[in-house]
Amino acid sequence: MDSIVNIKNLSFKYDKIDILKRITLEVVTGNFISILGPNGSGKTTLLKNISSTLKPNNGSILIEMQDIRKIKHKELAKKLAVVHQSTEVHFDFSVYNVVMMGRFPYLKRFQSESKKDEEIVKEAMLNTSTWHLKDKSINEISGGEKQRVVIARALTQQPKVLLLDEPISHLDIKYQIEILDLCKRLNKEQNITVITTLHDINMASRYSDYIVLLKEGNIKEVDVPHKTLTEENIEEVYGIKVELINRNNDKRPIILPRSV
Amino acid sequence: MFKKLYKTKIIILLLIFIFSVLFSITLGDVRIPFLDTARIIINEINIFNFEINIDHIKKSHIFIVTNIRLPRILLASLVGAILSVVGTSYQSIFKNPMADPYVMGVSSGAAFGATIGIILGISKGILGFGLTSIMAFAGALLTTILVYNLARIGNKISTTSILLAGIVVSSILSAGISLMMIFNHDDLASIVSWTMGSFNGASWTQIAVIFIPALIGTLFLSSFSRELNAIVLGEEQAQNLGVNVEFTKKIILITASFLAASAVSVSGIIGFVGLIVPHLFRLIFGADHRILLPVSVIGGAVFLLICDTLARTVLQGIEIPVGIITSVFGGPFFLYLLKRNKSKRLV
Repeated sequence: MDSIVNIKNLSFKYDKIDILKRITLEVVTGNFISILGPNGSGKTTLLKNISSTLKPNNGSILIEMQDIRKIKHKELAKKLAVVHQSTEVHFDFSVYNVVMMGRFPYLKRFQSESKKDEEIVKEAMLNTSTWHLKDKSINEISGGEKQRVVIARALTQQPKVLLLDEPISHLDIKYQIEILDLCKRLNKEQNITVITTLHDINMASRYSDYIVLLKEGNIKEVDVPHKTLTEENIEEVYGIKVELINRNNDKRPIILPRSV
Repeated sequence: MFKKLYKTKIIILLLIFIFSVLFSITLGDVRIPFLDTARIIINEINIFNFEINIDHIKKSHIFIVTNIRLPRILLASLVGAILSVVGTSYQSIFKNPMADPYVMGVSSGAAFGATIGIILGISKGILGFGLTSIMAFAGALLTTILVYNLARIGNKISTTSILLAGIVVSSILSAGISLMMIFNHDDLASIVSWTMGSFNGASWTQIAVIFIPALIGTLFLSSFSRELNAIVLGEEQAQNLGVNVEFTKKIILITASFLAASAVSVSGIIGFVGLIVPHLFRLIFGADHRILLPVSVIGGAVFLLICDTLARTVLQGIEIPVGIITSVFGGPFFLYLLKRNKSKRLV
């Protein structure tokens, strides 16, 4: 199997404090990977290093065997799209124009959007059920809708890897399922590799092929859900005792925290 | 998809601009009929070789139109266009609705330079540009460079630091200006009137000198519309979309500051235009820079042209500083729009 993201000996410091300590991780094309860990364990920092928003102090990250430091901004944006935690937008853009921004890496400075770009945008919006929102302002749609719009924009980048930073943390349960179902479907249908940070262990268990468990900037465990999510691992990383429920042996345990 | 709609709106704005130019030429202490002004101008340009009869028009009218009013009106338009395109760019780069063309200290730098120029009292200049203008331009540019370097951390520019450094440097320079004013009582009036901004001494030379840089600068800024669109949604997101954020910020700051300095050096400090015109058009057209920048250019020109026309015609014989008009008439109009749109859009 081809590996698409290769992280080798990655270290990252904020003001001399080690956030990530010699992380080594290989992600195989077409996988759905969740990064779990308590607050401050380095989940988002790891994601931002992969997206090249933060520069590692040591080690390297390869995408399709190319060092990301040597890839130009626009070229990187064609391989890798990022969905940020939904944020307030203070400027008034139509939903359609926001999605069209995903075509930025494909357009030259004085080139205007072609029919092909418009088709790609439409397809991405239909795929994420946002086409009916196209003429609305980005400020007047709900949080769940906004998250789908941002995913639609990521799709128009035609990426090989989709990075998501806590994509469901501000959403109610219906939207949470909707967003993760969408990611899973894109992962399966378009063979897009998905790497997402999550707080919800049960959601990670349910959707991921592999789970990366971070503890204080180190990888505690990388494996399929039922091997990563053991009572011992969770107690060691999160400091809580849990009971594991295995429904019909699907190897996707549900964790039930015990009261302290 | 939206291109056609944009084009019509831009053409309508252009027509409004041309009409405003022609109409404001007719106004003033000497009234000149609308058709006469049109005839004089077409005769002057005459690229189509029309046969135009201007024999019946008074020589003095022709002189007023071509040598006094037309340069003044065009200079006011040019400065209005520059100030609003710079304001739009700054507001987007800083993601701050309070940003205006003077946010990096251009105004106090220019005023400082101009004050020195006035005190030295040398009336000589280069290319028909007075020493005051040259000093103002130099002061504006030097101040911007200073503020930029104060706010720079390594290779990155922090928006907040720029705004703060701009405010502090401006205060220091203002203090310096006050000090110079105390010791040079005789020049007090000229310094104050310069800082209030005026197009009184507008000449074709001034237009010729700033037109080309203004045109190139504006086109250049417009070519970064897509980058600006992405940046206002968040710098991190923009970077992930493939925008070279630091490079874009730097190049836009440099271009916009240069434009602001050239505007201020010919007009003095005219407040409010670069602050409200961008907001005005963002309320009407939305935040997409591909439409926002061109309409700001034309809209800024129309706005300042109207204000300057009022400045020279409202009171018989006395000219009101144009900066006063921009605030008095622009302010309430802007508040009205803000109130009306508040429910559905954020500024």
